[in-house]
Amino acid sequence: MIDVQKIKQDFPILHQEVNGHPLVYFDNAATTQKPQSVIDALNQYYTGYNSNVHRGAHALADKATREFEATRETIQKFLNAEHLEEIIFTRGTTEGINLVAATFGKAFINEGDEIIISSLEHHSNIVPWQMLCEQKGAILKVIPVNDNGEIIFEEYLNLLSDKTKLVSVVHASNALGTINPVKDIIREAHKIGAKVLLDGAQSSAHLHIDVQDLDCDFFVFSAHKVFGPTGIGALYGKKDLLNAMPPYQGGGEMIKEVTFEKTTYNELPYKFEAGTPNIADTVAFRHALEYVNELGKDFISARENELLTYATEQLNAIDKVRIIGTAAKKVSVISFVIEGIHPYDIGMMLDARGIAIRTGHHCTQPLMNRFGLEGTARASFAVYNSLEEVDKLVEGIKRIIKMFG
Amino acid sequence: MSINEIQDSIIDDFSILGGDRESTIFYIMELGQQLPTLEAEYQIDENLIKGCQSKVWLTTDFEGGKVTYKADSNTDITKGLISLLIRILSGRSPKEIMDADLYFIDKIGMSGVIGSQRSNGFAAMIKQMKLYALAYSAKQNA
Repeated sequence: MIDVQKIKQDFPILHQEVNGHPLVYFDNAATTQKPQSVIDALNQYYTGYNSNVHRGAHALADKATREFEATRETIQKFLNAEHLEEIIFTRGTTEGINLVAATFGKAFINEGDEIIISSLEHHSNIVPWQMLCEQKGAILKVIPVNDNGEIIFEEYLNLLSDKTKLVSVVHASNALGTINPVKDIIREAHKIGAKVLLDGAQSSAHLHIDVQDLDCDFFVFSAHKVFGPTGIGALYGKKDLLNAMPPYQGGGEMIKEVTFEKTTYNELPYKFEAGTPNIADTVAFRHALEYVNELGKDFISARENELLTYATEQLNAIDKVRIIGTAAKKVSVISFVIEGIHPYDIGMMLDARGIAIRTGHHCTQPLMNRFGLEGTARASFAVYNSLEEVDKLVEGIKRIIKMFG
Repeated sequence: MSINEIQDSIIDDFSILGGDRESTIFYIMELGQQLPTLEAEYQIDENLIKGCQSKVWLTTDFEGGKVTYKADSNTDITKGLISLLIRILSGRSPKEIMDADLYFIDKIGMSGVIGSQRSNGFAAMIKQMKLYALAYSAKQNA
């Protein structure tokens, strides 16, 4: 039995006052807070065994390498990848997408080919494909969404053709919370021979991820949205596909042999990991995933759903508040607008009461345009949040409306 | 009243709020709501101040050696901020505007209240207002 009260105790940053009020942290879709075990792991690395990995012939380097590689194994299990070498360390989701765009794109995308994304994408899953299309003369197609913020599946089917080489979609939307029907998306793409990349930045903290069951070709995510450090993430790719792709960056661990005439490249996963990696954060990443594993995704989902359902009911009951994104399946993200008050002002007024939310376009400007909005206010919940904190948000919103609505 | 007298009166107004962040923001928003809406014909991209996260439109007139400013924003807080600047700088000579030392910003602890991003936007507003003054001054001396 998990002690709910203890969860918040695990996160030292949450026990502080902001602007004279106890901190209510509802910006988890942007980044999650870190448990003590993750902070300790960073400290232990630098105070105990700071050393470079893979090359050293001494005890510290050996320990650093073992700790570093242990994270790869934990990620493999976290995603249920078949092979260890299918896990590539990246700086995060954005770099994972860029890596695929640069390497898969170089090898497999040609003039006239088509790449499909959805209207729900954040800029990181739009811009790399635009850049690739520009380089290669390929065409970017976009699946539209309905008024609830769900992709229109028939439109997706209409976009698929023998020209489609890649479908790159978000697993769960950062701006609206929508969970995409990714298994169906992948199945249909595979029918015509296209590959599929899933952007798991938002889903990885909330949903069970089984890349074999999903049958996605690529899955990318960031540690910092799963209670881990910033600047580290992972790319999963099917082994055969990764083997068929050229390297990403040159130097360091990615080589097998270098002469001035010719270089041969290392095996997976090192082929894609040039240079000295972000070792401390990679090690701490494992502790974050272990923390999630200890709580269990079922427990996390149940608790976050409770928060989302409660907050949705409360906000729906307030005149002048409109929730943007009402998909049937959502992660714990609630985007809203208040009639007559700009989202920036909402954010600042809530901040004055110690409530941290995100405001603006959430790096999804095309999606905001779809809803005719400049931006929204967004509260996103994590397992350490409570219903009492939701009450504070609701109270804050009511106060803003009373004063200015 | 001189520029400094107006600044001192603004410092007095804010001191009544006792540094309470929420009250200060509410007060700035109220100031924003009191500023007349800028006619739609002036709410155009050419009048947007670059560097503000919110939209701020600024337009000027120059008559009888005095610069007058009119502005609007899509957020009440930003509109409140520019209303303070208008109160201090509008109706002054270009030289007065260019020479104005806007000490009220530090005295009321503005950056702590509005945060770093909005502080940058606030600085952009001041810069743009002074640039207009500079341009009118050059025109005057031409």
